[in-house]
Amino acid sequence: MSFTEDTATILSSGVRLTVPLAMAACGEYLAERAGTLNISVEAMMLSSAFASVATASATGSASLGLLAGAVVGLLIGFIHGNLSHRLQINTFVVGLVLNALALGLTSYLITTSTFATHQVPQLSIPGLRSIPIIGAPLFQERWSTYLLLVIIPLTWWLVGRSRWGLELRACGENPQSADISGIKVNVRRRQALLWCGLLAGLGGAHLAVAEVGSFNQNMTAGRGYIVIAAVIFGGWRLGRTMIGCLLFGLSDAMRLALPALGITLNSQFLIAAPYLLALLAMLAFTTQHREPRALAQPFERGST
Amino acid sequence: MNDLLRRYQVTPAGWLTLLFTLISIVIACALSAVLIATTGFSPVDAAKAMYDGSVSGASGWTTTLLYVAPLLLVAVGSCVCVRAGIFNIGQEGQVLIGALGGAYAGLRLAIHGPFLLICVLVFGAVGGGIWAGLSSLMLRFRGVNVVVSTLLMTFLAQQIVAYAVNTSWFLQETPEGSSGIAGSESNPIPVNGRLRTFGQYPDLSVNFGLFLALAAALVIAFLLARTRWGFRLKLIGLNPVTARHAGVRVAALGGMSLAISGAFAGLAGAVLVASPIGSNRLQPGTSINVGWDGLLVALIARNRPGLCVPAAVLFAILRAGGDYLAATGVPSYLADVVKALLVLALVAPSVLVAAIRSRRHAVPTAPTPLTTAVGAPQGVAA
Repeated sequence: MSFTEDTATILSSGVRLTVPLAMAACGEYLAERAGTLNISVEAMMLSSAFASVATASATGSASLGLLAGAVVGLLIGFIHGNLSHRLQINTFVVGLVLNALALGLTSYLITTSTFATHQVPQLSIPGLRSIPIIGAPLFQERWSTYLLLVIIPLTWWLVGRSRWGLELRACGENPQSADISGIKVNVRRRQALLWCGLLAGLGGAHLAVAEVGSFNQNMTAGRGYIVIAAVIFGGWRLGRTMIGCLLFGLSDAMRLALPALGITLNSQFLIAAPYLLALLAMLAFTTQHREPRALAQPFERGST
Repeated sequence: MNDLLRRYQVTPAGWLTLLFTLISIVIACALSAVLIATTGFSPVDAAKAMYDGSVSGASGWTTTLLYVAPLLLVAVGSCVCVRAGIFNIGQEGQVLIGALGGAYAGLRLAIHGPFLLICVLVFGAVGGGIWAGLSSLMLRFRGVNVVVSTLLMTFLAQQIVAYAVNTSWFLQETPEGSSGIAGSESNPIPVNGRLRTFGQYPDLSVNFGLFLALAAALVIAFLLARTRWGFRLKLIGLNPVTARHAGVRVAALGGMSLAISGAFAGLAGAVLVASPIGSNRLQPGTSINVGWDGLLVALIARNRPGLCVPAAVLFAILRAGGDYLAATGVPSYLADVVKALLVLALVAPSVLVAAIRSRRHAVPTAPTPLTTAVGAPQGVAA
């Protein structure tokens, strides 16, 4: 194997590992800007991965599977939002329980049933895909990969340029003031969780029906937490969050590729890298006040 | 006496909560039964297997009580920091680091006699305490959100343990036999580093870890309810600003409570290594999700150390029953589903009742003082 071939292989596996992270991270980014530190991303990704494979197997259409995954993610976002921003149960508790439920339920169902393999077709862009090294990784992927081209700008516009996003950010920075100016804080936060569920669901479904083609037990394996780490690493900015996702995706690809290349490097270190980087980023960012100020603080009218 | 009666009087809201709880438990069980039935098994058989495996006989109770000890320790620790208003979510990592510390002491300290066991437990508690203490330092000096830091530290801990059991100079087992391949686990810790078990196999046997955990629950319940320290923690949890004005050292006490909670989780990790739940070896999966579950135990016990005991027994029953399920062909993951549904069923009702009541007795927002407005009619604001 030549150097360029190796690079292209690692790059394309890195891109493939990045895409689900990036999709979910767009959702998590929006939820965190609204003030919810949503830890049920893992549940959203895992259960939507399962739902997409099950639907694809039942209907024979992988694209319908993607849709089903997004819907299931949305459903979990709805449940989480209502439990934590309507009934005011601690959001981390809700997230933990949902994660445990999703892991238990999908593990249970996958051991009791079998599914046919369906995969979203590839879409390769003629011309561009023959660029050396980066051509194949970027322009010869499953078609749902290119949804990112819509999702990222749309999330950016929603948060940064729309009135809804402005209100959303107000809820994340200072819910009391937002409430006084007539913004329904908990409604906005629930809406943010719905968006998060939709995108995390899409990410999980993409992982299952576009990249792997099947479901195996605990297939997301903590990717939801990596997404949270990416948003923190990105300092609650969308662009940097995406860079974080790419970095974490590439480091995962390196971990998988290193043994084949004959390089021995500590795989534990590479697995731990995202979390370590996120922690270091948090330690560095606190002086710059990047964090949404009301992050992870529940809002209830009249309780300051 | 009257005070005591008044204290335990059940209010109408209490009765409503109880009713809702019963209804939601029934719903949770019904959902689980539907799940079992749709996957082609018999819900009755599954329920019977879970009963047989956990509480029906001496051997069932033996397994159940083994699980109680680590769950209870984690939950009791969790009560301490929640009392101070700090939410530690990283018990899983603290359990792992505690197990690492315990295994290190057991394997690397050349001590004979029962003193080794004490070292194992102390190393475990100190390891977990330091791991959680790092999070409180990050909060104190850089203002890092505790939930985020403890969560991220959990994944670091997992990799540290994986590294330890894969590295020959650290804790990886010595290769056995002619193949000379060492697996991803440590050597078993020596017998004098393990917790004693009372009773023999056919009869009920109880591991010493259970007494340790019960003692911890008692001591913490007393300390939180009856001492100045417990009162200060409560003060911090209710209102840190007021506590500061009252002369409580909020940062120090709060940080300490987080470290204490980590120490209990670490102790649970050491107990896991030193008791017959596992193989007395440190493995990447040594923690068997005790950290996550212990947090939920504390949650359904409303963060009261005394109530943690029955809650931990409930979780242990589900675990022991889940282990036994596999014999009937029903995947043991079912126990996890039931557990999550039960937690929701036990937590949601009281919140639901509170939400209904607050809607009914909604406090109207303070009216604008009309009297100060120019030309406002007199007496409107009254």
